[in-house]
Amino acid sequence: MWLIMTALAAVITTAIWYVKAPEDKYKLGLLALFFWGATLMWFVDHLIAYLTERGEFFEINPDATLLGLSVIILALVVWGIVLLVSDPKGVLKRVLKRQRQL
Amino acid sequence: MACFLVPMSEAIVTTAVQKVVANREKKISEEKTRNIGLKWSRKLSWLNKLLWGGTILLALEHVWHGEVAPWPPFLTAMGDPADVAPMLHEMATTGVAIAITVTAVWAIMVMVAELKAKAIPEAKVKPVSGGE
Repeated sequence: MWLIMTALAAVITTAIWYVKAPEDKYKLGLLALFFWGATLMWFVDHLIAYLTERGEFFEINPDATLLGLSVIILALVVWGIVLLVSDPKGVLKRVLKRQRQL
Repeated sequence: MACFLVPMSEAIVTTAVQKVVANREKKISEEKTRNIGLKWSRKLSWLNKLLWGGTILLALEHVWHGEVAPWPPFLTAMGDPADVAPMLHEMATTGVAIAITVTAVWAIMVMVAELKAKAIPEAKVKPVSGGE
């Protein structure tokens, strides 16, 4: 289930990135590549497990769904941290400047 | 078990290579860089993002399934000598397959981007966003 959810997140993020391109102020390209990297890795992992163990290709249950959500949240958290550190709008810089002036 | 360690090792190497390449490209003049198409540091940054993104998210999955623990020896399989050999086998098969697939997809991405960049007339060439 987490493979499907991550692939869906990758497709949605890529579509949003494409609509906004060539501008990539909010680093959606980074988020899309994060999701695509994980999607590719899990696809290979699932494929090898399916071919060698002959189990189910997709694990669909509440635990797998919760893992899929957690994966998406973690990717968004990492992206958020990168965005805050790089601060493309200069918001943090302005806030800190204002704090210093008070 | 620990298949994500293989792409993680590759990510560490490619990140170091990207830093070295970026420093070299800074020394080359703007004109020379334009003549060779897309910068290699940019192309490598795509690979790094694919590898690091996948590694981080796969690491979470391994923690979720109890294959990675926050205490030494970190890999649950390392706690039982009987599990070490299967873990190494999984790294050598699944881990290597994952690393090769991601690198192959990146190579196709680079080839397509290069072809597209070369097809654009010189005056209209703009850096592809989403890389850095």
